[in-house]
Formats: sequence, structure tokens, C-alpha cells
Amino acid sequence: MLHEPAAKLEKDNAASYKSKLGLKLFFVYGLVYAGFVLIGVLRPAWMGVRVVWGLNLAIFYGFGLILFAIVMGFLYHLACSRMEDKLNGKEEKQ
Amino acid sequence: MIYDVSTLPVIIFFVFVALVLILSFYFAGKTKSSASYFAAGGTIHWGVNGIAFAGDYLSAASFLGICGMIAFAGYDGFLYSIGFLAGWVVALFVVAEPLKRMGKFTFTDALDYKFNSRSIKFSAAISTLVVSIFYLIPQMVGAGDLVVPMLGLPHWAGVTIVGMVVIFIVATAGMTSTTYVQFLKGGLLIIFSITLTAIILHKGLTREPSPGHHEYISLEVTNNPFGDVALNDDSGYVITGHKSTGNSSFYLLEKDGISNWFHLVERDGDMYLDEMLTISELPSGEVLYNGAPRDDRLFYQVGHLAMIMSDGEEVDMTGPTNPFSFLTKIEDSEVVRYIRTSFGYGDISVEGWYPEITPGTEIMRPGLFYRLEDASIWERLNFVSLMLALFLGTAALPHILIRYYTVPSQRDARKSTIVAIAAIGSFYILTLYMGLGAMINGVLDMESSNMSGPLLARSFGLGLFAMISAVAFATVLGTVSGLIVASSGAIAHDLMDTFFKIEMDDRGKVRAGKVAAFGVGVFAIIIGILLKGMNVSFLVGLAFAVAASSNLPAIVMILFWDKTTSKGVSSSILIGIVSSVLLILVSPSMFERYGLPPESALFPMDNPGIFTIPLSFLTLVTVSLLTGKRQPEIKQSN
Repeated sequence: MLHEPAAKLEKDNAASYKSKLGLKLFFVYGLVYAGFVLIGVLRPAWMGVRVVWGLNLAIFYGFGLILFAIVMGFLYHLACSRMEDKLNGKEEKQ
Repeated sequence: MIYDVSTLPVIIFFVFVALVLILSFYFAGKTKSSASYFAAGGTIHWGVNGIAFAGDYLSAASFLGICGMIAFAGYDGFLYSIGFLAGWVVALFVVAEPLKRMGKFTFTDALDYKFNSRSIKFSAAISTLVVSIFYLIPQMVGAGDLVVPMLGLPHWAGVTIVGMVVIFIVATAGMTSTTYVQFLKGGLLIIFSITLTAIILHKGLTREPSPGHHEYISLEVTNNPFGDVALNDDSGYVITGHKSTGNSSFYLLEKDGISNWFHLVERDGDMYLDEMLTISELPSGEVLYNGAPRDDRLFYQVGHLAMIMSDGEEVDMTGPTNPFSFLTKIEDSEVVRYIRTSFGYGDISVEGWYPEITPGTEIMRPGLFYRLEDASIWERLNFVSLMLALFLGTAALPHILIRYYTVPSQRDARKSTIVAIAAIGSFYILTLYMGLGAMINGVLDMESSNMSGPLLARSFGLGLFAMISAVAFATVLGTVSGLIVASSGAIAHDLMDTFFKIEMDDRGKVRAGKVAAFGVGVFAIIIGILLKGMNVSFLVGLAFAVAASSNLPAIVMILFWDKTTSKGVSSSILIGIVSSVLLILVSPSMFERYGLPPESALFPMDNPGIFTIPLSFLTLVTVSLLTGKRQPEIKQSN
């Protein structure tokens, strides 16, 4: 049996661009996340150092990772949408 | 713990369940085809799907488990929030759109898109089932915990109610009703969590957490020349027994015919006996709570501040705080936590919790649950392994992945993921406040960390407790519904239809899905009853490890490595499942569950991902290279 998407999709000329951009952003976030994990494992005392607004590094870095993911998500969407409109024609409407 | 059952929470709970069932009836009439049953016909709006993603993802682990773990172990619980959210980055940047292009109804469809291989169908379906069941267990455990204070029913009754309602929801209308239940619950969960956090911040920090808070007794004692202790005061207590375990000494004190255990501590050069919480099982089978039968209600809720520092001064209360000052004031203060212990005394088996003053600086950074300072290599690896599994696990959860098939386009899949990240990220920031709020407001039930969030709400008023509990219950309903849809799809669509090639028309496929949903639901009820008492976040962490080990290597390599073969994919999935499940079964936490010393566990870590994820990748690469040329593709992805 052939396997097709639940909703029919048109050819996406921006797929390669989006895939490459996604991978780049994934590696950027992965590095920041790895930094958090490595500090926790190798220099746990640093997590208690106050950095800004009275918050310690653990809280600041933790909140930062959550907010960074949201911001990167928005930026990724803007870049992908612009490229889709350019390569597939305005608004990939189904 | 025994709770007073009030009418309001019961009414709101039943109104909520009725609403969910009406929604299911409504959509049942619209569900005719398999596309509509398994993927809501691919017609859900991206905004609704995004919040439904949040509703699906913010499971019992997020609300009950993370809040509970933060309340009991401080920042270490927040690590789960960070890891769970970071996992969405992998989902958005790496798998969301390709998966939308490749799939039809299930995760198996996506993996099998290029190969049309029976071995992939089989291994992916089994993986979906195993991961979903691992994820189902904590949801059912959490459901049972919730119903105890809300309806006054035993744990098993809560598990059974959730199971039956969910089976009904899924078996009537499949993905469409599941989506709207998740949407409703995701939205409400965020709204009420914001409300709860606002109340916590407004109340600030106080040494008098709640009006009915039990003042714990601390008795000054002196050491006599024989190395034993004697009470200094005329409190009326008499020492009747003594037990030492490791570095701790416990004394049995009797007053007014009730005996309970106290913990010997030194503070500022003086010796004290601190009142403990205990559950003692007598040889007759009778169980005593703080030395009295359960119905006497002497087993109190705990957790409070020992000392509050505000702007460099010691105070009794701070008044309203802002989101930053709430955190910094806790870091400057000291919190009384309760540490678990267990020992035998003659024929009596005692499980107890003794108070320990913990500096805020230790609470606000990692280390209380996952030891990092002066940690062994295994403890450090365990931490890295947990964070790795959380990061890579989300993008490999079948019940999350199938939500990409419910929207019309790739752009909608992306937009709904971003809505989900924003909603879930905001919620996870709130978990820190809700968990810490529970830790310092005298609401903790030492029998179950999972109830910390709802019990905190109850201390602020019955109305809020009723709404929070109903939403938490709906949280479990929403997530369990999604898991059962994924599991029934794996059985009915992947195994029966495409692997065993059982002849079925479209209506027959829907019927098979419903029967499968019933079977998985009953299985989940039984498991949920058996595993009462475990922290649900911890259990979900294990589900992430299994998902990341079995599914992620296959997804990533199919997308990005041309030499991937069907045999490589199926063998990496099977190796990932077997290795991760096996290592979990011989881990310290499971040994404790079996009644064996955790130190004797065959594998020294609870989280296996750091070994099993690379092993699964390695298997895929090796088998793909050995099985030679890549199979002909059925269809080229664009």
C-alpha cells in the first residue's frame, strides 16, 4: 500500500532551505543547551553564582533556554515563510 | 493522608467530565472514515492544533510531577521543565515538516514512507506501543493521586475512572474529539496556572504558611554519660525506644497513649529531638500514621520556611513579591524539607520523614535530587543522560508526532509547533513558582509528591482547588486520549492493516481502532493501579529515554543519511527498545521498587539514554552498511 499524507500537499521548493536552516538552528540551540548541562556536571558551584537581577546562573540560564527556544521558533518561522512565498508563490494555501 | 471532601470540587469535576463527554458525542457523529478517526481528517486549524499540542504534551508529568518534584527537591524538578521544552526545538527544527510530508496516520507511516518494509512496520508499531505504554503509566498513576483528595475515593478508583472516560472519548470519536479535549484543557491549564502563580507572588513568603498549619515539635535534650539522651523539659513526653541507622538516631516518644518517632539533631551546639512524620506497619497488618490510626488524621501536611531574609533583614513575612524577588528571597532564606528514611523496629516496619533545614541557595540550583557536588562519575553521567533523553525524546514521541497529521499543510504544522512552544514554555516557567509555592506553604503530602500543585491551590480556596483539580484531571484525560489514539493506530492500522494485511473496509479499520483503544485502556488501568506512589515526572523521564533510544535515530537517519536501509531502521528501533527497557528494569529505582537495595542494582544509573541512544545510532549505521544497497524508494520526498 502506498503511504500518502492525510492532507494532499503540493511540491515544496523551499524544503531544502528550511531543512538546512532548521539544522543550523538546532546546532546553535544544542550548543547552548550543552553548555548548561556541562556547567551542571563540571562546575556545579557556578550555578549558584548571582548573575543579573539577583538571579543565580541556574535560574537565569534555565529561563533563558526556555525563552531562547520561543524566540528562535518565531525567527525560524519568519525565515521559512518568506522563503516559501518566494519559491512556491505567495502563501502556500491548500 | 486523609482529605476532607467538599461538594464544590465534586460538582465542578463532574461538570467538566460531562462537558468532555458531550464533546465526544458531538464529534462521534462526524467521524466516519479512518482519516477522520486517526488524523481528524487533516483539517484542524493550526492555532487549535498548537494549543492541543500543549494540552497533549502538558501531561500529568508536567503539572503534577514537575510541581511535585520542585516542591520536594527544588531546582532539580525544574530541570525537567527545561529539558521537556528544549525537546521541542528538535521537533520544530528537525522533524516537524519532513514528518508532515512523509506521514499519513501514524508514526509508522512516516518511517515506512521510503521503504514499504514489513520489518519497519512491525518494529515501529511495537515501538509506538512500548513508548505509549511507558508514557501511559505515569498518567494513570497521577489520575489516581488526583482523585483521592478531590472525590475522597481510593487511588484505584481514580485510575479506573480516567481509564473508562478516556476509552469512551477515544472509542467514540478518535482524533477529532481528542484534539478538542486537549485544546480545552491546554488553554485552561495555562489560565489557572497563571492565576495560581499570581496568588503565590501576592502572598509572598511567610513563616505562618496557612491558618491550620501544624506546629512541629522540637524538644531540647542532653546527652547523658552512657551516650543516650534525656529530655530537658516537662513536655510530658517519655522516651520509650531508640533506633540508629547509619548516621541518624531516632527516638520513640510517648505522650497521652500515642507513640511517635523523633529525629535527633544538633543545632548551634545544642541537641534536639524533632517530631517526624511516620507510617508504621505493625505485625498484625495494622498501619499507624504518626502513631495513630489513619482516621485520627495526625499525618499532617508539611513544608515551611525556617527563616526569611528580605533585603538583608530577617523578617516573619515579606508581603507581595515580584517574579524575580520571590526567587531571590527564597534563595536568601531557609526552608524546612522532609527527608525520607525507613527502618525496622522489632517486628514493626517504619517509613518516616524527618525535618531538615535547607539553605535556599541549595534549593535554587541543581543538586538535591541529582547530586552533582562531589558526585561520582555515575551520578554525573546519570544527570547528563537525563538531560540528553529529555532533549531528544520529545521529537520521538509517537503520540506527539501524529498531531502533525491533523493540520492541512507543512506551514500549519510549523505554526502550530511554535504556538505549542510558546504555550508550553510559558507554562514551564510557571511550574517553578507553583512548585516553590507548594514547598513553603505547608501543603505537602509526603505520601505523594504528585499532589503538591492541587494541594497548594486548595490552601488558597476551594473554588481554585476545584478548578485546578478538574483541569489537572482533564490534563490526564487529554494526554491519555492522545496516547490511546497513538496505540490504537499502531495496533489497528500498522499491525492489523498494513503488517498482517487483514482485509478490512474503512469502517472495519475504525472498528478495529476502537477495539484496540479499549484493550490498551484496560491495560493502562491495571498498570496504573499497580504502580501507585511513584513520581510521575520521573516515570515520564524514562518514557523519554525509551522514545529517544528507539525512535529518534531512525527518524534522523532516514531524513539525513542516504545509505539508511530498512533493515538498519528496524534493527535500530528494536535494539533501542530492548536496551533501554532492559537497563531501566535493572536500575536502582526499579530495584527499590522490587524491595531490593538500590546499591545492588545491575546498572548503576536510572537514566539509560546516554548509552542506549548512541547504541541505537550505531546499530542503524552498521546494519545499513552491512545490508548493502539501499532499497528502491517508493516515492521521493521533495
